[in-house]
Amino acid sequence: MGTLVEEIFSRRAGRTVQAGEIVLLDVDYIMSHDNTTPLAIKALREIGKPIKDKSKLVIHFDHAYPAPNLLAAEAQKRIVDFMKEQDIQNFYHQGVCHQVMIEEGYVTPGRIIVGGDSHSNTYGAFGAFGTGFGSTEIGVAWVTGKAWFKVPESILVNLSGSARPGVCSKDVMLYVAGQLGMDGATYRSLEFGGPYIDALPQHERIVFSNMSTEVGAKCGLIAADQTTAAYLESMTKARGPFELLRPVNPRYERVLEVDVSQLGPQVACHPDVDHVKTLEEVEGLPIDEVFIGTCTNGRYEDLEIAAAILKGRQVSRFTRTIVTPASVAIYQKAAAAGLLEIFQNAGCTIGVVGCGACIGRHGGLLAPGERAFTTMNRNFIGRMGSPEAEIYLGSPAAAAATAIAGKIADPRDYLSS
Amino acid sequence: MGKAWKFGENLNTDEIIPARYNITIIDTELAKNVFCEIKPEYARSMQPGDVVVGGMNFGCGSSREHAPIAIRGSRACCVVAASFARIFFRNAINIGLPILECPSAAEDIDEGDEVEVELDSGLIHNRTKGRSYQANPLPEFVLKIAEAGGIVNFLKVHDIEDLL
Repeated sequence: MGTLVEEIFSRRAGRTVQAGEIVLLDVDYIMSHDNTTPLAIKALREIGKPIKDKSKLVIHFDHAYPAPNLLAAEAQKRIVDFMKEQDIQNFYHQGVCHQVMIEEGYVTPGRIIVGGDSHSNTYGAFGAFGTGFGSTEIGVAWVTGKAWFKVPESILVNLSGSARPGVCSKDVMLYVAGQLGMDGATYRSLEFGGPYIDALPQHERIVFSNMSTEVGAKCGLIAADQTTAAYLESMTKARGPFELLRPVNPRYERVLEVDVSQLGPQVACHPDVDHVKTLEEVEGLPIDEVFIGTCTNGRYEDLEIAAAILKGRQVSRFTRTIVTPASVAIYQKAAAAGLLEIFQNAGCTIGVVGCGACIGRHGGLLAPGERAFTTMNRNFIGRMGSPEAEIYLGSPAAAAATAIAGKIADPRDYLSS
Repeated sequence: MGKAWKFGENLNTDEIIPARYNITIIDTELAKNVFCEIKPEYARSMQPGDVVVGGMNFGCGSSREHAPIAIRGSRACCVVAASFARIFFRNAINIGLPILECPSAAEDIDEGDEVEVELDSGLIHNRTKGRSYQANPLPEFVLKIAEAGGIVNFLKVHDIEDLL
């Protein structure tokens, strides 16, 4: 009985739990990456106890891989030495951690996954509880196999209507972020539902859970359904049957109603993710770099819509345009479908799979005074390099249109022609 | 007692310490660049025992622990904010950085005020203005972690089940 997070936690606790309670729960997987694993190793060593269950650890190299400098190389060597010493089997360098977690079948409905990365909320799109931890707590979970949680209150985002052509789930989520604000869901579980979500393909659902982090949420959940199950069976290594938990007589702290059919393309403007405007309001703003990729919008379908716009066209001469597929599997599918050739013929640079320019350490840093339009999930000052650069966030379709125009442009002008 | 250093709303982890400085995990090294882009004078002239005061949603953004570790490394005695982002809250408790959630203190304290913090009672005294504020009490299990000096120290002598 309860919201989706209460249902997931109750199932795991073996009793009915409610918002406000503190629970100590077994976790299924503990994810970390090249940036957050070193401090987890330090915590493990200091605690001085063994890893409880090594099969729960999943370690990815994605943030700065292959290492762009000596310090990163040294940190990664320390992680490799640790994995050899501890005989850790689940090690990947096949792309952005969250995408690879999905592809490799770790993310299934009802699972509880903690990650040493704030966007571990992503797993909520599959009806799993995913949340971000700091490294020390990742080390604690290695030792104990458990984590404490305060069962959160839930906010329902009820999405109705159908999106108009040229409007992606990213646009809808940016609108929601603008409505809720950066701290609008702090400590809360965000649940996304309604007729729009029910009809939405799985890859677009992921955007909502991924970006629930940006409004402070502990998790961003979407109840798993047949769409989820079919995606898992066909696109990932996970195999059913899956237990499709749903909220049962839930009590929500707040319900946000959005009629998606009223929305056009949205843009989160420098310097905050909740500084959201309609694309028309910022159309024409000159752009120095376009970046298409990340755990938010670096999936095959995102590249497909960008390629549909870029096909047979050229990106603006002084707008460097970087396309970074989120994973090796996506890269290969995009290559086989001819999408990478379309991007390259249009003048784009294909980045190494992984987080790329999103973390400001390699793959397309911004100089002072530059302005970027990206498909990322956050636009904090300094995130992509210089603190004197600006970052605007939008959909992959808007990013492609912007690359061609060299200034923020409406994708609907390109999709219709 | 220490001097208050005042920061705004929604202070994110990149503003606390930009990602490019996260190439070390030594707290005193990280502290050299803490707040470097928004308040460079902090690292230069703050004194051990000073108090960091923030607004709503302090520490939002990345899960990186470098942010609270950098503040701890600067030897600030406490962070007082109107509210904390959830991962920062957990991280601060876990690494043993004292934090207090207190909207009235966050609003009333100005930069440079002399502030004294009683962590166990949650009382915050503003000696400059002659006013005191009561912070929201920390849950009992969080106090257990804080009293041990962080989760790592707690687990050296306890099992995780002892938290509840």
